[in-house]
Amino acid sequence: MERRYERNIPALSDQECRLLRSKRVAVIGCGGIGGYLIELLARIGVGYIRAVDGDVFEESNFNRQLLSEQPLMGRPKAKAAEARVQRINPRIEVEPVAAYLDSNNAKEIVSGCDLVLDGLDNIRARRILAAACAEVGVPYIHGAISGWVAQVGISMPGDGLIDVLYPEGVSFRDRSVLSFAPSLCASVQAALAVKMLIGRPVETGTLYYFDLLNQEFETIKLDLGKKE
Amino acid sequence: MIEVRLFATLRQGREKSIMLDSKDFPTARDILDHLDIIPGEVSILLVNGFHKGLEAQLEDGDVVALFPPVGGG
Repeated sequence: MERRYERNIPALSDQECRLLRSKRVAVIGCGGIGGYLIELLARIGVGYIRAVDGDVFEESNFNRQLLSEQPLMGRPKAKAAEARVQRINPRIEVEPVAAYLDSNNAKEIVSGCDLVLDGLDNIRARRILAAACAEVGVPYIHGAISGWVAQVGISMPGDGLIDVLYPEGVSFRDRSVLSFAPSLCASVQAALAVKMLIGRPVETGTLYYFDLLNQEFETIKLDLGKKE
Repeated sequence: MIEVRLFATLRQGREKSIMLDSKDFPTARDILDHLDIIPGEVSILLVNGFHKGLEAQLEDGDVVALFPPVGGG
């Protein structure tokens, strides 16, 4: 056991830590949620991270995005993710993909991974991600934020989670995001990811909903057969 | 009576919890109309904790919970 992971023990066993080192995850989006996801997965010791984002940093990112720094203005987020992880642990393999997920590249982007994490910021891309994960047969962990609110849920291939969460005609009243929303969202996603990667039981068909303005935390059992 | 619980931004300009006469609101969609909430502003609708659609039939004593969509990152 490397000393850098000794504080993972006994919350995780030696064997579970070794298992994490052998696992491959894709983080789709390296912005608000994705930046924290990459940080948390690297710190706990996931061995391979594919960091996907076609965007570059701009000033409006700085209120919430962990990877954003003044000297990185205009630089690719995926490359910043790689550099950050290399500074944390150069033995972690990071594959930066400086491209937006679209219907042409989605299958390739999610292929070869044990798990995919949703750090996206729009519904259209989430639908593309869900379709690609269903086709490839890889689970993903959805996360989304708005204002003071975060939501997280595990999606098994083809279960229709995204169709249920975002019915046709859905509209948003609030496009703000406060700094603590992505970190909370990513923390819940990362905890679920670790459990899935090491084979501990998780709840599927469930949405975890966090309202940090009112300190209300809901666990919602979803009927994933219902797509209206 | 039917208790309607609103979450997150659906609470803006409205109460957290609203009591309505069950006779006037046979379905969840009737409640949205009454509260001036368009269907696209609701991602998840629960009746007594069970995930339902807008056409869910309501009965006296039901608790309806409405959650807005969350889509950013």
